[in-house]
Amino acid sequence: MRHIISILMENEPGALSRVVGLFAQRNYNIETLNVAPTEDPSLSRLTVTTVGDDRVIEQITKHLNKLIDVVKLVDLTEGNHIERELMLVKVKALGAARDEVKRTADIFRAQIVDVTASLYTVQITGDAGKLDAFLQAMAPIGILEVARTGVSGIARGDKVLSL
Amino acid sequence: MELLSGADMIARFLQDEGVEYIYGYPGGAALHIYDALFRQDKVKHILVRHEQAATHAADGYARASGKPGVVLVTSGPGATNAVTGIATAYMDSIPMVVICGQVMSHLIGDDAFQETDIVGVTRPIVKHSFSIKHPSEIPEVLKKAFYLASTGRPGPVVVDIPKDMTSPTERYEYVYPKKVKLRSYNPVTRGHTGQIKKAVELMLKAKRPVFYTGGGVVSGGASEALTDLVRRLGYPITTTLMGIGAYPQGDRQCLGWLGMHGSYESNMAMHHADLIIAIGARFDDRVTNNTSKFCPTAKIIHVDIDPSSVSKTVRADVPIVGPAGSVINEMISLVQGKEIAHPEALGEWWQKVDGWREERVGKLYEPSGPGEKIKPQEVIEAMCRVTRGEAFVTTDVGQHQMFAAQYYKFDKPNRFITSGGLGTMGFGFPAAMGIKQNFPEDQVICVTGEGSFQMMMQELSTCKQYGVGVKIVNLNNASLGMVRQWQDLNYKSRHAHSYMESLPDFQKLIEAYGFTALRVETLDELEPALERTFADKHELVFLDVQVDPREHVYPMQVPLGSMRDMLLSKTERT
Ligand SMILES: Cc1ncc(C[n+]2csc(CCOP(=O)(O)OP(=O)(O)O)c2C)c(N)n1
Ligand SMILES: [Mg+2]
Repeated sequence: MRHIISILMENEPGALSRVVGLFAQRNYNIETLNVAPTEDPSLSRLTVTTVGDDRVIEQITKHLNKLIDVVKLVDLTEGNHIERELMLVKVKALGAARDEVKRTADIFRAQIVDVTASLYTVQITGDAGKLDAFLQAMAPIGILEVARTGVSGIARGDKVLSL
Repeated sequence: MELLSGADMIARFLQDEGVEYIYGYPGGAALHIYDALFRQDKVKHILVRHEQAATHAADGYARASGKPGVVLVTSGPGATNAVTGIATAYMDSIPMVVICGQVMSHLIGDDAFQETDIVGVTRPIVKHSFSIKHPSEIPEVLKKAFYLASTGRPGPVVVDIPKDMTSPTERYEYVYPKKVKLRSYNPVTRGHTGQIKKAVELMLKAKRPVFYTGGGVVSGGASEALTDLVRRLGYPITTTLMGIGAYPQGDRQCLGWLGMHGSYESNMAMHHADLIIAIGARFDDRVTNNTSKFCPTAKIIHVDIDPSSVSKTVRADVPIVGPAGSVINEMISLVQGKEIAHPEALGEWWQKVDGWREERVGKLYEPSGPGEKIKPQEVIEAMCRVTRGEAFVTTDVGQHQMFAAQYYKFDKPNRFITSGGLGTMGFGFPAAMGIKQNFPEDQVICVTGEGSFQMMMQELSTCKQYGVGVKIVNLNNASLGMVRQWQDLNYKSRHAHSYMESLPDFQKLIEAYGFTALRVETLDELEPALERTFADKHELVFLDVQVDPREHVYPMQVPLGSMRDMLLSKTERT
C-alpha cells in the first residue's frame, strides 16, 4: 500500500542525505519526495511517498525515527488527510488543440500560466490521481515537458505535526 | 573563562571527559590536534601502525571496559582506512568516537589533496556524524558525540574537523559542557509496564520456555539481573555469540550459544520451545536460519532498546522496547513470590533438553590419534584449562573463531570479544591490544588463524612500542579454513584460493620484533607450550599451533532449514 510519511527534521546540512540514504541502504522505495523549511527556520518538513506492506512501513518509520536529525514524523495515510501536488506542464497548443487544452484545463481547474504561439504552460494542483488524469487527457495533444513537486500533505482536523 | 584554540579544546575536552586512551595515526589535517595532544599528558595517545587497527583497538577497549573507544585519524586515506573498524563497531553496537581531520573548510568540494567526504562514506555505518563548521562548536559537538555513542543502543559517531577549525592562532571560549540535550534523541529508560506484565504472565504459564539473550544484555550491564531472573525461574538459557558470558556457561541452565554453529541442545531447545524470551538479541540470520521455519510452536517475547530491532525479521508477540537491565529488574519484581503454573511440564522439558545435551557428549569432535595433527578444538580446550577460563579472549574470523567460542567456557560477560556482526578478519589482534591496556593484570588472548593474523600483523610493532603483553594463539591450518569448509560442502572440495601458500615462518617473524614465539606440532608439546605462553602475563608470546586443516566446524545449520536442521559431523545430520 502507498503511504505518505511527513517528517520534521533538523534544518541542517546532511539531514536530507541521511533520510534519502536510509531508503537506499535498506532497499525501501521512494515514489516522491519533497522538502522545504517550515515556519520554524530550525526545522524542515520532508514528505515522502513510499509503497510497502505494514511490516515494511513499520520498519521505515522506526528507522526514520532512529535518525538523530529526525525530530518527529507522521504516517498521514493512517488518518484522514489532505494530499496535494503541484504540476507544471508544457503542452502543444496549435490550431484546434489550443481550445481543447484550455477547455480541459478549465475542467480540471488548472490555470494557464504562460503562453507562446505554439504552446501553453499549465499549472495544476491536486492529489496524484488528478494530476495523472490530466496528463492522460493531454497525452494525445502532445506533452512537451512535465515538472511535478511530489506529494505534500497534512492531517485533517485538529491534529498538528509540531514540536 | 578560558580561551583555547580548536585543537587545544579537543585535547582539553578529552581530558575533561575522562578519556584515558586515544588510538590514532597522524597526518596533515590532524597535525594541529596532534600538537595539542603532545603538549599534555593526561590523555595517552597510542600510535598504531594502520588506522583500521586504531578502530579495532578502541573497539576492544570499549567492549572490555564499557567506556567509549576514541580514535583520531587524518583526512582522506587515514579516514578511509578506519572505515572497516567503524563498520565493525556499528554492527556490534559498540560505543566509539572517531575524530577525523579534514581539509581546510574553504577547500572542501575541490578534490583537494587528501580530501574524502568521510561523513558521506560512513553515513550508513554510524549512529550519527558531525562536521565542525566553527571552532567554538567543538566542545558541544564532542559532548554530543560521546553522549550519542554511549547511550541508548550504542554505536560509532564520526566527527569531521576541517584543519582550519583547529588552527593554533584563533582562540575561543572553552567551557566543558557537562550535559547536552538533543531534542530528537531520547533513548528509552524503561519498558512499558503493561507489556512487561503481559510478558511475565506468559513466562509463568510457559511449558517449554527458553531464554535467548544477546549483546544487549552485555552492553546494558544487565548480566547479574539476567542471571537472577533465569535462576529464579529455572528455565534453560541460550545466548548469542555476542551474548556469551552474560549468564555463566558453567551453570547447568546454560545451553551454550545458538545459531549457525551453536550447540545442538540450544538449537533443538529453540525449535521445540513454546515460549522464547529474547532479551537484547536481534534475531539475526546467523541465529534464526530460515525465518519462515523458525521456532514454529513458540510465542515470542522480545525486549530490545532499539524499536527497529523488534519485529524486524521475526514478529514478536509481546514487544517490549526498553533497556535490558531495567526491564529484567521489573520482571524480577513481578515473578517474586509467584509460582510457575506448570512445574511438572518444566520437569519434562528439562528431561528433553538434558536428553539433547547428553546425546552429543563425547561426540562433538574426534580427538587426534597418535601421530595425527592436533585438532583445533583440543588447543582451545587446553587453553581454557591452563587459563582456568578466566582470560579475555578475542578472535579473528573463521573456524578458529567458532572453536574459541565453542570450547572456551566463559562465566563472565565482556570476556569473549569477537566481530559477530560484520565478521571482520583482522579484528582480534588490535582488539586484544586495546583490552590489555585497560586490564594489564589479566591474560588477554587473541585466538587467530594464519589468514586473519596476516591482515593486522603490523601491530606487533605497536605492541613493542608500548610493551603490550597480549598472547596470540594461532590455529595454523595453512588455509582459510572456513572458506575451505564451505567449498568442501558446496563446491565438491574445489578449494578456490582458500589455501595459503608462502606462509611466513611465524617464529622468525615474531622474533624480528623481539618477542617470543613457540611452535607446536604434536599434542604432547601443547600443554607445556601453553604453560610457557601464559607464564608471564606481561610478555607478548605468539603460539603457532599446526592444526588439522581438514577439520570442519560442527554443528552447522543446513541453509534454508529450521533451527534444528543441522549437520553434526561430516557424516551425521539431524
Ligand atoms: C576482511 C575479511 N575478508 C574476508 C572474509 C571472509 N572469510 C571468512 S573466514 C575466512 C578464512 C579465515 O582464515 P583464517 O584466519 O586462517 O581462519 P580459519 O578459518 O582457517 O581458522 C575468510 C576469508 C572475512 N570474514 N573478512
Ligand atoms: Mg587458517
